[in-house]
Amino acid sequence: MSWLTRVRNSLSRTSKRDTPDNLWIKCRSCGEMLFVKDFEDNLSVCPKCDYHGRIGAQERIGQLLDPGFSILPTPKVKEDPLRFRDSKKYPDRLKAARANYPYGDALTNAVGQIEGKKLVLGVQDFGFMGGSMGMAVGAAFVAGIERAIREKCGYVICTAAGGARMQEGILSLMQMPKTTVALRRLKAAGLPYIVVLTDPTTGGVTASYAMLGDVQIAEPGALIGFAGQRVIQDTIREKLPDGFQRAEYLHEHGMVDMVVHRRDMRETLARLLDYLRPVATAA
Amino acid sequence: MISYLEFEKPIAALEARIHELRSTADTGGLDLMSEIQKLETKSEQLLARTYASLTPWQKTQVARHPQRPHLRDYLAHIFTDFMPLGGDRLYGEDAAIVGGMARLGDRRVMVIGHEKGHDTQTRIKHNFGMGKPEGYRKAVRLMELAGRFGLPVVTLVDTSGAFPGVEAEERGQAEAIARATEACLSLPVPMVATIVGEGGSGGAVALASAERVLMLEHAVYSVISPEGCASILWRTGERAADAAAAMRVTAQDLLQLNVIDRIVPEPMGGAHRDPAAASQALGAAISEEIDALSGVPAKDLLHRREERFLAIGNL
Repeated sequence: MSWLTRVRNSLSRTSKRDTPDNLWIKCRSCGEMLFVKDFEDNLSVCPKCDYHGRIGAQERIGQLLDPGFSILPTPKVKEDPLRFRDSKKYPDRLKAARANYPYGDALTNAVGQIEGKKLVLGVQDFGFMGGSMGMAVGAAFVAGIERAIREKCGYVICTAAGGARMQEGILSLMQMPKTTVALRRLKAAGLPYIVVLTDPTTGGVTASYAMLGDVQIAEPGALIGFAGQRVIQDTIREKLPDGFQRAEYLHEHGMVDMVVHRRDMRETLARLLDYLRPVATAA
Repeated sequence: MISYLEFEKPIAALEARIHELRSTADTGGLDLMSEIQKLETKSEQLLARTYASLTPWQKTQVARHPQRPHLRDYLAHIFTDFMPLGGDRLYGEDAAIVGGMARLGDRRVMVIGHEKGHDTQTRIKHNFGMGKPEGYRKAVRLMELAGRFGLPVVTLVDTSGAFPGVEAEERGQAEAIARATEACLSLPVPMVATIVGEGGSGGAVALASAERVLMLEHAVYSVISPEGCASILWRTGERAADAAAAMRVTAQDLLQLNVIDRIVPEPMGGAHRDPAAASQALGAAISEEIDALSGVPAKDLLHRREERFLAIGNL
């Protein structure tokens, strides 16, 4: 094989179209072209501008927990209870979301440790139908908390959701009281509940378990709110304030305890779990 | 003067004709009684037929009818000696959510509900029934007060949703709603919630996480407005009727899904045709529900409420 053939073969392996997608990524905030590997090694945070990229459940769990954690199965729920159909059938949307997705639905729990402190960690994945809260998410949330109660440890949740899952109609809305019931039980058991708000967390998720933490943490720049910005703009017909509904804005308005950089998240959670150790309860 | 909805046009035409004949009979001394009676029967039958088969989108329109009775009417008809309480002690007073002590027959209760207003001035005053954080925080305050003094909590839900505005977000709309839901679930006293008009999303749930949830016959309750759902899923608000049907927003659907426990019948042609009769039926239903819960220990009430919501979605 001549050197020319060798070069030609190696070139043809990566088509022109694939190269930027696979190796390079453009920062969604500053537009800097970044090596995917550098970006991922930096916890999917732009090394240039500190923009915190959206990450999936698998990556998040891997970033936060000590090695040796175990993933809990996604509880089974009644699928498509309303036989909902918009331009597509809901089961088809679910099937599409599950293709190449490692877990069952938008919320996945893992049991493990952070710097040796035991916890159950729930992670919502915006990549799975916008992280939306339906019955599977509600059931996973309850299961995560039940496990934490059994293990006598805290529950930490990383939220990410556009809101309730419309394809489940009112049943998705009912997850708001349902998850709140579970939280009452966790609190009654003397166990801590820590919320990490990630980009984006809006709608019914924010208006239930995402705002009921004993401690509220937000990732820098995360969009966090109840109403969508377009809806608000249509209502008030004015320009929204700078930084509106961003993590820093919520911090300024007293809605979160702290805004924590992703590289400091593990350490922050470990310290919190150490301070908020389970107390013995009568029950 | 009743304002007619689009789908009520044939009824409107008949009723106008009856009205016309009546005035002719009055002035001309003609005997048109049999004709009028015939038309009245026809009109009643048409009304009954129309209202027996309302589509989810038509029900949404009935639930939003400008003349539909609101909290103000129910307070006047169902309760006596209402003592409104104001303010959240943190920021302000929100007139979109009204609450206070009242008597229901000889029972002392805490009533909390959304008020939409009935004309331009009052609609603005009550912000069209769209609560702000201070409204939900006031509700929490009143629920805690009710809990301490053993007053059953009666909520009347009627909102298109919590207010979507900059100041509401700034003051923690999401947190306020979450806390109100939590307050409902923590009550050591009986709680009976009724969706009387629109039950719009989180703004409704915050006052409806009760052990007994009732709905008026033509009320609707949903995770998002049909227009909002259509604009997200179909990319056009024009498909609102399809969205209303797909989301199953009616009392009849929600009873089947075990999301609500009881439907309170409305007068023929909707509550707006006879607010007094609608109120009477609602008052009787709420009284029954409260009486059935009186004497149940707080621990059991809490347990019932918890199990009710935990069961939703289970296989």
